[in-house]
Amino acid sequence: MDYRRAENLEDAVRLRREMGYPFVAGGTDIYPAIENGARFPGLIDVSKVEALRGKIRREHDAWIIPALATWSEVVAADLPPQFDALKQAAAEVGGRQIQNAGTVAGNICNASPAADGIPALMSLGAGIVIAGSSGEREIPLEEFVLGNRKTALQEGELLRAVKVPVRAARCASAFRKLGARRYLVISIVMAAATLECDAGGRITYAGISVGACAARALRLAAWEQALLGRSIADLHALEVAPAYLAPLSPMDDIRGSGAYRVHAAGVLVREALAKAAVRLNEQVS
Amino acid sequence: MNKSLKSAESLGAMERKSVRLNVNGQDYSVRSPGGARLAEVLRDDLGLTGTKVGCNAGDCGACTVLIAGKQVCSCLVSLDQAAGEAIETVEGLQADSRLRGLQQSFVELGAAQCGICTPGMLMAAAELARENKAWSRTEILDRMGGVLCRCTGYTKIVDAIEHYLSGAALPAPKAEAGEVGGRLTKVDGLSRVEGAARYGADATPEDALYLKAVRSPHAHARFVIGDVAKFVNANPGVIRVITVRDIPGKNEYGIFEHYRDQPVLADGLVRFCGEAIAAVLCEKDAVADLDLASFPVTWEPLPPVSGIDGGLDPKAAMLHASRPDNVLTRGRMIRGDMEAGRGRHSVSGKFQTGYVEHAYIEPEAGFARRVGDRMEVFVTTQTPYMDRDGVAHVLGIPQTEVRILPSAVGGGFGGKIDMSVQPLMAIGAWLTGRPVAYVYSRLESMRVTPKRHPSRIEATMTCGDDGKLKTFAFHADFNTGPYASAGPIVANRVPLHAMGPYRVPAVHCTTRAVLTTDAIAGAFRGFGVPQAAIAHEALMDGLADKLGMDRLEFRILNSLMPGDSTATGQELSSSVGMKECLEVLRPAWNEQKKAVAEFNKGNDRFRRGIGVGCMWYGIGNTSQPNPSSMRIAIGADGKITLFSGAVDIGQGVNTIMVQMCADALGVSADRINLVLGDTDRTLDAGKSSASRQTFISGNAVVLAAEKLKESIRRLTNAGPDSKITFGQGKVLVSGAQEVSLDLGSLPGDGEGNVLSEVGYYNPPTTDLDEHQQGIPYASYAFAAQFALVEVDVLLGYTKVLKIWAAHDVGRAVNPTQVEGQIQGGIAQGLGLALMEEYIPVATDNLHNYLIPTFGDIPEIEIHIIETLDPLGPFGAKGIGEPALVPTAPAILNAIQDATGCRPTQVPVTPSRLWQLLRDNRGS
Repeated sequence: MDYRRAENLEDAVRLRREMGYPFVAGGTDIYPAIENGARFPGLIDVSKVEALRGKIRREHDAWIIPALATWSEVVAADLPPQFDALKQAAAEVGGRQIQNAGTVAGNICNASPAADGIPALMSLGAGIVIAGSSGEREIPLEEFVLGNRKTALQEGELLRAVKVPVRAARCASAFRKLGARRYLVISIVMAAATLECDAGGRITYAGISVGACAARALRLAAWEQALLGRSIADLHALEVAPAYLAPLSPMDDIRGSGAYRVHAAGVLVREALAKAAVRLNEQVS
Repeated sequence: MNKSLKSAESLGAMERKSVRLNVNGQDYSVRSPGGARLAEVLRDDLGLTGTKVGCNAGDCGACTVLIAGKQVCSCLVSLDQAAGEAIETVEGLQADSRLRGLQQSFVELGAAQCGICTPGMLMAAAELARENKAWSRTEILDRMGGVLCRCTGYTKIVDAIEHYLSGAALPAPKAEAGEVGGRLTKVDGLSRVEGAARYGADATPEDALYLKAVRSPHAHARFVIGDVAKFVNANPGVIRVITVRDIPGKNEYGIFEHYRDQPVLADGLVRFCGEAIAAVLCEKDAVADLDLASFPVTWEPLPPVSGIDGGLDPKAAMLHASRPDNVLTRGRMIRGDMEAGRGRHSVSGKFQTGYVEHAYIEPEAGFARRVGDRMEVFVTTQTPYMDRDGVAHVLGIPQTEVRILPSAVGGGFGGKIDMSVQPLMAIGAWLTGRPVAYVYSRLESMRVTPKRHPSRIEATMTCGDDGKLKTFAFHADFNTGPYASAGPIVANRVPLHAMGPYRVPAVHCTTRAVLTTDAIAGAFRGFGVPQAAIAHEALMDGLADKLGMDRLEFRILNSLMPGDSTATGQELSSSVGMKECLEVLRPAWNEQKKAVAEFNKGNDRFRRGIGVGCMWYGIGNTSQPNPSSMRIAIGADGKITLFSGAVDIGQGVNTIMVQMCADALGVSADRINLVLGDTDRTLDAGKSSASRQTFISGNAVVLAAEKLKESIRRLTNAGPDSKITFGQGKVLVSGAQEVSLDLGSLPGDGEGNVLSEVGYYNPPTTDLDEHQQGIPYASYAFAAQFALVEVDVLLGYTKVLKIWAAHDVGRAVNPTQVEGQIQGGIAQGLGLALMEEYIPVATDNLHNYLIPTFGDIPEIEIHIIETLDPLGPFGAKGIGEPALVPTAPAILNAIQDATGCRPTQVPVTPSRLWQLLRDNRGS
């Protein structure tokens, strides 16, 4: 196997264009794939590329999560409550070993339907900064992950950073993951919810995303819509309309039936919303 | 793109500059490719085999090391990424004076059993131990959660970490005190925590060839192998391919001589997905690039014969000509008049269980070496002597020409009874004259080796108005896969145990083991009894409920008691602790009953419940002779050596044997030197299975010690009551007069021993007659466990909050180890109940196949009941399998108590329980 180390961003982009090898950073998806029989003629190691590293930081109206931020770094970062869901998800990725090595970008680019990090970012309305030979472009996360193991990355491109809009002061989020055991578990279903409200407690932004219930994580727009303008105090009164869950199309597999997943998604979203609302209430009061 | 790929390949081949690695403060220069996994580099290039590889996929954490102080899986880190970083492995721990204490804490508190996960555990714990803060138990779990253990049930690991962090002093080392009943420190514990113990993959000679098997992607297919010579030529580094024609002896193996129906290499027909058709021997450097997909073979897939119904279908293909109906074997236990004896109250049920995988963290591994006309095999195994005979059979050489050297065993649970890597690597070494190593990948370990039998059970139990059991009818079909393995053991053991540890005047129990092209089913902790216990314990609850009796009291009423006879007519005269086990749980049971009712008031979503499960278990093989021979020798200098062929698979038999030997001779445990397993030097102690080693080999040790003392008395003309004191170079015999036996004056044998005695023990069992009457087992263990669960009714999610376990072990030779067996058995029972189901091909890795993690184990309260079996050494029976059997029944009964719904299929996954609750609500 031809193992190349990219020294900088240009190098990474050039190697990718010339060789077409997959990128490797934390190695937590590539090496298991090799063990599972995948054969790669080579790999491009981007783990030392400075432009992809650095602290999770605020730049103007957005939070920047560098591509190589690990899940432990996400957990340890000093971030406002809008990131609670992401932190909770980060703490549920694999075990501590995987959290120490696995990166945010790797999780997104691997594009597993059960990627732990994606729903939280999606509920925050995150965007993806893509670097390529012709410069950078930015697209919403929903448009970046196209399906099971499919992303919008074009030849010679890589994910440079994740950009999360800075929300109003009164914003909180929460994450719920359901698996058949406590640690090291692939989700049966997971849900993330982000809520923002005005001074009067009325919801001004709602982001709801569900993972492992379709070929990719999805936002539940109808449910989000139904929440706008409501008071966080009477969130619980909102009945779950079947239409809210309509975008989900889970399969039956070893982890659970499709019918169960849709049901569980509804429960998990409600719980994530309630958890986020509690956090919001703390901030309002 | 293809073109550029090619040029890149040639570029890659050119550059192999050396890389600097800093491991445990020492610099190394390494020439492996930049993309090589760090775990591999540490083990193969640097010889630091303390770091274990369990899955190569980040699923088990066995290979955990610290890089810049942070725990990572070294199987997921490339050499290039690790270069220049500070890497720490288990071998470096003892140099850190603080972390040395962590290792000691692991040894003293029983946190290591088989020890294969221990290096990973220690490194994960080292990460947190260096952070200066107060750790809650949950925070510790969060940090440790990435390492799997299959033996301990995690409890003692967390205890050891907490104890270390507390800074409290450890109990004084107990290495010297050897009395039975004491908590002697695990005699091989230090080698586990230091990473020094050599497991199957840890001792491969430098000049070894590596073996890779070509395996079938089809469950059932004919095949023709093409131009092998061309394949060898096209693959530089490949030395030779072995096919059926190259096998020197017989192409067959199996646990039983008369059931040797599994080929080493399939001969034109494969009967399960993963069956080997050829073996490729190559140089180490060539392994990574070897692409077995290019092996020349043409497949003609046949319809699979899947599931019990598939096997029994009259239209199904016949898998073995000798078994036209695809039934491998039948078992039965029929006694009494089922019609006339029928009670007024009757409960019936149907139950279903799936394949369960042993999931030991050490995949099968070893190496074979030809020494003249002899074959030496270093291998992870539960059965050195059976391996010896099996290897001799496939090589066509006398059994005495094969020497098995058991490695440290990284977990067995029944899965390392059948041969795995042994036959192919022995054939490879025999034919090439070079050492041949074979290490199963996790996928091979899961896909190819036997599993717990899937079962389909129907049973009916009746009782009278007084609550006394009257009849029990039971039929179980087991999916035994394509080859016999331990199928006959399961089919014969289950009918004898299926009624549970109760007095039942009339029983009608039958079983069938059905051949299919699914995975091979064989031995797994309990040999089918755990499956049967799910049925009898569900029916016990059903009858108790019908009568309106308390479920625990109903069991006490029906418990086997001393003086009762079993269905085989065997009178159990003593050491029948079933009732004691239940009675010791009674106060907690009654208390929890109230607490659960209180909790459930007005709580619709989260419902609590308690459930009890009982079991009995015959120690040793069913009616078969299964002797053990143990030898104790004394050297001219007074050195005492125990030659033990009983393999320690993590259950701790090394420590148990040393304790018994020390106690029987009246010396301290540190006087006993152990020679282990080597079939040239030790005698056949039989399999480490059927919970038999403590009872059977323990008896053999005691007999050897008695014989040794007798011959000393004879040599000194001392009376039978004289006291014998083993000194340095002499033995003091104090009777009517004091005599000193000068050992140096006695003639020595080739090993420098002057006294040597063999203890032979075969449990007093009999064959069963045509009415299944007789004595199938010399001793029985009994147990009751009860579980407290909380079910999230909305999500179908079950959380086990606590388990109480009461076990009649006869005598606890070493309470720490007994507790460890119980905790580990409960973890496996919990897995069986809630999460474990092996689906051939779909779940052959440790992220799709789920075993319990640190966060899944409840608090466990243990009550050890000692009934002193008169036949047991020091009164001891066995605990290995009994620990697991009652757990799943207790959990299932607790789920029913919580929800009012009876789960009849395991595992009770959230999805399944939700469906069950929904269906019941609908009706």
